Amino acid sequence: MEILKGILLAALVLGALGLVLGALLAAASKAFAVRRDEREEKIAALLPGANCGGCGFAGCAAFASAVVRGEASPTRCVAGGRRYAPQIAEVLGTAPAEPPEPRVAVIQCSGGTHILRRFDYVGIQSCFAASRIAGGPTECAFACLGFGDCAKACAFGGIRFENRVAVVHHENCVGCGKCEAACPRKLIVLAPARNDVRYVGCSSRDRGGVVRTLCNAGCIGCGLCMKKCPSGAIRVSDNLARIDSALCTGCGACIDVCPRRIIHFVNPPAASAD
Amino acid sequence: MTLSSLLSISLSAILVENFVLVKFLGICPFLGVSKQTSTATGMGLAVTFVMGVASACTWCVDHYLLMPLNLTYMRTLAFILVIAALVQVVEMFLQKALPALYQALGIYLPLITTNCAVLGVALLNVERGYGFIESVVYAVTAGIGFLIAIVIFASLRERLEYADYPAAFEGFPIALVTAALLSIAFMGFQGLKVW
Repeated sequence: MEILKGILLAALVLGALGLVLGALLAAASKAFAVRRDEREEKIAALLPGANCGGCGFAGCAAFASAVVRGEASPTRCVAGGRRYAPQIAEVLGTAPAEPPEPRVAVIQCSGGTHILRRFDYVGIQSCFAASRIAGGPTECAFACLGFGDCAKACAFGGIRFENRVAVVHHENCVGCGKCEAACPRKLIVLAPARNDVRYVGCSSRDRGGVVRTLCNAGCIGCGLCMKKCPSGAIRVSDNLARIDSALCTGCGACIDVCPRRIIHFVNPPAASAD
Repeated sequence: MTLSSLLSISLSAILVENFVLVKFLGICPFLGVSKQTSTATGMGLAVTFVMGVASACTWCVDHYLLMPLNLTYMRTLAFILVIAALVQVVEMFLQKALPALYQALGIYLPLITTNCAVLGVALLNVERGYGFIESVVYAVTAGIGFLIAIVIFASLRERLEYADYPAAFEGFPIALVTAALLSIAFMGFQGLKVW
């Protein structure tokens, strides 16, 4: 009888304790309920979820709540804005906005194995670290180091390496600009992803004679492309040719005239299926 | 209970009997949330906070409910119940009242529900016969010990990212070796006595 009483007492007390705590939890969930807009979750589910930060918000969830509050246009999502804008507009019940022109990253270095190395770098395998040691292992101070800080920063697998230089994978690049920020030598910029835009694959400000001794794929600032360009989109300053994407018509006159063969398509026709 | 005894409890909880590195309690978050110093700090603060609140609550439950009814053998069960519910309530409260703190600690709180360090400190309080203030002080300082250990460990792991160790040690093996070495270092505090 004593044992039975003990068991009953224990069960009752713990049961009561559980009941009280359960009631407390229920009351707390009522009292501290935070109202969430269910559209936030719907939009967050539509977004790519890579948290690339290309929209300027902390992540996809933060962007979704900003969209619901009307503080951001759905098209600001560089990774999925174009594709998901109609669906997001449907969730919000508004007309779909016109997405901005898509952009892709271009890497303004064609060096790689063309570039002479000053020493064998064996330290921490990152461009940032390598660029801090004695000015970096490449002879050219404006060259891709090839340790892949940009590829590591990319959430979409948009950068691969060919012959020790970064190359943009056009099917994957969404133009978020993470790689632009990651490159310690600032070789990466975003350019309009049109088929008819060219860019110069070099960032060297060295004089032509110096570039010639360091790299077989560097801009020597000869200005042939500038003279040949019918639309005046090319300008040579600081021994470096630059193409204004707003003026470039994609005629291709510069490509053939470049003695260094370093003027490329921003978005090669073969890669742009749409 | 004097100030010096409280100081002695604190020192012992932080260094001599460090929960993670000497008592081996709370190893799960110690290994799981220690890849970055920032998240490790968040986890450490959340654990410190929950340990303090939980030991205050469990002390009351023990003294005013279990002891009078001679149910002290149900302690473990009752404490788990109290801690689990408490963490949930704290989480809800933070989400409502202090959204900024919730953003910083919120994701770690559910992890702490089943953290054995929290239950451990509640049971140790009873085992050592600590009073209310002693219990809370012991719990908070034990939490600070956890915070110190996890932050040191996380900064070591951040540096290991760039270390050149054999591929077979990738991930958890090297983390466990590091934890063991860190633990040996903390064993050096054994016998430390100021008062």
